[in-house]
Amino acid sequence: MSYRYLPMTDADQEDMLATIGVENKEELFEDVNGTIRLQRPLNLQPALTEMELVKEFEQLAAKNTTMKTTPSFLGAGVYHHFIPSVVSHVTSRSEFYTAYTPYQPEMSQGELQAIFEFQTMVCELTGMEIANSSMYDGHTALAEAAVMACGQYKMKRQKLLISAGVHPEARDVVKTQAKGPGLTVEEVAVTSGATNEEALKQVLNEEVAAVIVQYPNFFGTIEDLRQLKEQAEQAGAMFIVKSNPLALGMLTPPGEFGADIVVGDTQPFGIAAQYGGPHCGYFATTKKLMRKVPGRLVGQTVDEDGRRGFVLTLQAREQHIRRDKATSNICSNQALNALASSVAMAALGKQGVKEMAYQSLQKAHYAKRKLQEAGCKLPYEGPVFHEFVVELGQPVKKVNELLFEKGFIGGFDLGQIDASRNEEMLVCVTEMRTKEEIDAFAEAIGGILS
Amino acid sequence: MREQEHTLIFEESAPGRRGSVLPDLDVEETPVSELIPSEFIREKAPDLPEVSELQLMRHYTSLSTRNYGVDSGFYPLGSCTMKYNPKINEEVAKLDGLTNIHPYQPEEQVQGAMRLMYDLQTSLAEITGMEEVTLQSAAGAQGEWTGLMLIRAYHEANGDTNRTKVIVPDSAHGTNPASAVVAGFETVTVKTDERGLVDLEHLKEVTGEDTAALMLTNPNTLGLFEEDIVEMAEIIHEAGGKLYYDGANSNAILGIARPGDMGFDVVHLNLHKTFTGPHGGGGPGSGPVGVKADLVPFLPKPLLAKTENGYTWDYDRPQAIGRIKPFYGNFGINVRAYSYIRTMGAEGLKRVSELAVINANYLMKRLEPYYEAPYERYCKHEFVLSGKRQKKLGARTLDIAKRLLDYGYHPPTIYFPMNVDECMMIEPTETESKETLDAFAEAMIAIAKEVEKDPEIVQEAPHTTPVARLDETTAARKPVLKYENPDHEKEPARL
Repeated sequence: MSYRYLPMTDADQEDMLATIGVENKEELFEDVNGTIRLQRPLNLQPALTEMELVKEFEQLAAKNTTMKTTPSFLGAGVYHHFIPSVVSHVTSRSEFYTAYTPYQPEMSQGELQAIFEFQTMVCELTGMEIANSSMYDGHTALAEAAVMACGQYKMKRQKLLISAGVHPEARDVVKTQAKGPGLTVEEVAVTSGATNEEALKQVLNEEVAAVIVQYPNFFGTIEDLRQLKEQAEQAGAMFIVKSNPLALGMLTPPGEFGADIVVGDTQPFGIAAQYGGPHCGYFATTKKLMRKVPGRLVGQTVDEDGRRGFVLTLQAREQHIRRDKATSNICSNQALNALASSVAMAALGKQGVKEMAYQSLQKAHYAKRKLQEAGCKLPYEGPVFHEFVVELGQPVKKVNELLFEKGFIGGFDLGQIDASRNEEMLVCVTEMRTKEEIDAFAEAIGGILS
Repeated sequence: MREQEHTLIFEESAPGRRGSVLPDLDVEETPVSELIPSEFIREKAPDLPEVSELQLMRHYTSLSTRNYGVDSGFYPLGSCTMKYNPKINEEVAKLDGLTNIHPYQPEEQVQGAMRLMYDLQTSLAEITGMEEVTLQSAAGAQGEWTGLMLIRAYHEANGDTNRTKVIVPDSAHGTNPASAVVAGFETVTVKTDERGLVDLEHLKEVTGEDTAALMLTNPNTLGLFEEDIVEMAEIIHEAGGKLYYDGANSNAILGIARPGDMGFDVVHLNLHKTFTGPHGGGGPGSGPVGVKADLVPFLPKPLLAKTENGYTWDYDRPQAIGRIKPFYGNFGINVRAYSYIRTMGAEGLKRVSELAVINANYLMKRLEPYYEAPYERYCKHEFVLSGKRQKKLGARTLDIAKRLLDYGYHPPTIYFPMNVDECMMIEPTETESKETLDAFAEAMIAIAKEVEKDPEIVQEAPHTTPVARLDETTAARKPVLKYENPDHEKEPARL
């Protein structure tokens, strides 16, 4: 069998082994001895040529229903948006995607500058002073933010209050992360789709390191950040906001409400759903907290001749220097996806990002009216961006099966997070859905409900 | 070649330019003021770039030419496995049916994706000798932390709550101790002996009733196989601890030895390293975690299972450590790794490791006369050299690395592991030809000679890159982390 990725010929091998001074390659493995040496071939599927491989993958791909061919009303943290074709043209440049972390700045100015631009764009959207080069995803970025907040109080405050309006999986990730340092995580109830400010007041005290909310929250509601921040501040706790960056194209940024840390996922910009990953977490905060930030930061500097250039900076925070004194272990991040998001944001531009947010807002509200006309109940009155909850009066699971038969991917079944809410559907509408699709979707639901 | 300063995309902007245009809105509009309270409507639009599509392509194309990847040339960055990234992986990962699928679509709609993941996790379990694998972790560091959380949960379930310490070799990657601490452990360092291997006597000393786990790469970060691994496993297991395998160096052992057979209880793999990821300029990666049977109950939720009716996500896992990542991990990277494994098969993967080891030993042999090789052993997929001899002549390892840029190579990993003075850690990988290795060896030899005759040319390198050496001290002292538009009115500081 020949392998197109392996250039060593028999003659090469003979030459090289002679240079090394061994008779055969086995001698190089003599220290891998006894019982631990694998005495049989690995039991794997047979190797495929490129031709066979493509066929195999096309068959696997064909078993999946895609949002490209079946209009989707799913959101709940992953959004189907338009991706300009330039995005994949840029990320397919192999100088970017076959490089690693820019440890050698003189030969990595392209990546470093692209990240510096990404950091700037995240600051613009969130209204924050600094941003890092990316995190794995929005949820783990939130978990890092939560731990960082406790660290800021030197672990004298070890309690985190997290709104039940934060994505349920993000809440779970925060709870898992909190087990390491032994932090307490308490949930604050949501009433009528928004964080219950009275409930928050009840549990806020000087043990609380941070109040964590999502904006717009998991149920679509635009939380009242001013009130929530005020409460957090009164208790001397930090205010952490998880936010969809596209919404911030239109909404007042959390920075303006005094958020201490803003995190989220830039997936809406240029990153496909990909069954949930890889996406791209962002992490933005204040200058005051700059030296506590997890992950990589790119800074501007000059070279010996005074020419502008970029480097990885403030590395004394990171695991490779601090080892067991580090407060985060993140190393690899999501650089290529940060690049994809940068390209998407640059292509859409100042006007386009706003327009995409505006269209999503308008179409979601149009859909909301249409679904109401079709017999859905709207349990909440608070303002929403591009997602909202509807009550169907019958199990969403069943409705979604019928919708699928009619050619739609229905919204998120809230029964998945709370069995008692199995008749509530979280509907998302982006600029990708046409009026025709929305009308047909509402009609289909109307038909099912009647 | 030195270049002009490169403009930022913000500096190329002009109001009104667009790089992408959406169709006109096709639904009836409602005034925004009727939908959102004015307090929550943004007054000033975020100052994002405004460029045409061609401007954008030129900007990023130009940035890409100021970058260097495996496709550009040899990239022997030790411990990072900078092997060739097959193009077909990129293509299959972009298939509509693997790209435009939502994680909350009902299982019936995504059986193809789930089958792919199941086959991948089964393959990885076979490669590592583990009972079960989760694909959830996003990268190596997250894999380490996940593995340690599993070990913690295991000890806790046994009522064994005094196991607070994780043993880490002094040659370990920084993520190892950092992950241990983030998972709530203290770390204990075990020394490397004169062979370059874990000091067994010292290991016995530091192992005890408080030992939760030993973290190890094998081959270790010096590129050497820990030949006492079976004995080490006995020491740890007898004390009631668990053995953690950091898979960063698994490119040396595919089909040759399996961590499970060596006695490891938990393993993570870096799919972006060993299984051709790609590296993406720093990610996204994927760091699946495999475990032996006694740790399976603790694996994070959800776990992918195969049933008579197809593939399903199992959330009913009462002992699970919880959720560690949204959805199901970095699926897109897992697709690429699966494509690679299907291309190579069992025989091909074994060949990969054999050639990686031959390449590393060959290059080490060629460089030994010129640079000090601290350990007299055959290496595995990578090796370390010390620049001590050159340092005495006035050129540090950093200078040698910078001089390599002038020869058109990405330098090796430098100053790591920390237990070797002026360290250079070189990992050629199996996808490099003998010609490439020879040319790189010639460049390294030429630099060694320059250090002897004309150290200044090395000390002042690089001479040919777009920028000269950058002032990292000022960058850290007065950090500038974003572009400030000079036309902006100063915003009030919010500190």
